[in-house]
Amino acid sequence: MNFFTRKKSATSAKERLQLVLVHDRTDLTPAQLEALKDDLLKAISKYIEIDPDAVQIGLERDGREQRLVADIPLRSVTRNRAG
Amino acid sequence: MTAQVITVTSGKGGVGKTTAVANLATALAMDGKRVVCIDGDIGLRNLDVVMGLENRIVYDIVDVIEGRCKLKQAMIRDKKYPELYMIPAAQTRDKNAVSPSDMVRICNDLKPDSDFVIIDSPAGIERGFRNAIAAADRVLVVTNPEVSAVRDADRVVGILEAEEKGNPSLILNRLNPTLVRNNDMLSAEDVLDLLGIQLIGIVPEDENVIIGSNKGAPVVTDAKSRAGQAFRNISKRLQGQDVPFMDLDSQSGLWSAIQRITGRK
Repeated sequence: MNFFTRKKSATSAKERLQLVLVHDRTDLTPAQLEALKDDLLKAISKYIEIDPDAVQIGLERDGREQRLVADIPLRSVTRNRAG
Repeated sequence: MTAQVITVTSGKGGVGKTTAVANLATALAMDGKRVVCIDGDIGLRNLDVVMGLENRIVYDIVDVIEGRCKLKQAMIRDKKYPELYMIPAAQTRDKNAVSPSDMVRICNDLKPDSDFVIIDSPAGIERGFRNAIAAADRVLVVTNPEVSAVRDADRVVGILEAEEKGNPSLILNRLNPTLVRNNDMLSAEDVLDLLGIQLIGIVPEDENVIIGSNKGAPVVTDAKSRAGQAFRNISKRLQGQDVPFMDLDSQSGLWSAIQRITGRK
């Protein structure tokens, strides 16, 4: 992109806009998104054991479509049983 | 024959809506189309000065709506192109003097005798904007490659989606190719990726735009202006022609510099 280490301003403009547009479009503040994640994890934890530190939940965009994408690794059930 | 109604809007003010309307209307008239443009910014009349028609105003759009004159009497004929008309906004009223159904009625009255009706929307997403999009067959969203303008454009696109106004097209105005090459301005690709809508034209930053509005002669009448060329291209696309995009935003700075010097553009 460029030969110098300084991040050029267009790159930060785009990154900042990507974030702000996702929240504008979903009408969801970053704080509300955090609350949603917590609730989601609580609900899932009632049924299966998960590793809360490995969970990744975020909003993604594809054209004008917004998606809530969650990657939730499960704790190995077999290992727990063996133990 | 029935006209296509095109509304030009943006969300943010000052990005070049009125400039775009004046230039597209003039370019279409230069191609022999019958065009009526409407200033939808009630209380902040501007299209008249940009087109150089401010001294000819007798009646305005609110006079038509309130029955003080006939529609034809409020249509101001352009100085240069006899098939180009402008309907001015009222200056001393507010936007509540016009309703969406008034705009639909006026556009329906204009349609049989025109090829294009172009509506200049006010900034914002309130009443004036709602009026401006009410009759639109097609919406053009104008933005600049700048964070606040892109953010507001995205809001407008979201509202147009919710109102089922069809897919809007983007005019990216005031792009500075040098800044883009230095990665200090959002590129056309960046803006399109962020907004997720189709592009209808990129207009480079060009001092001739200001010179044109100083004189009341839209820049499309200046054959040498790059911005004028960009607006002429957009007007061809509005007529359904397939015109390639000007090479402004590419990263190949050296190549476009050579093209400019050798006059290949």
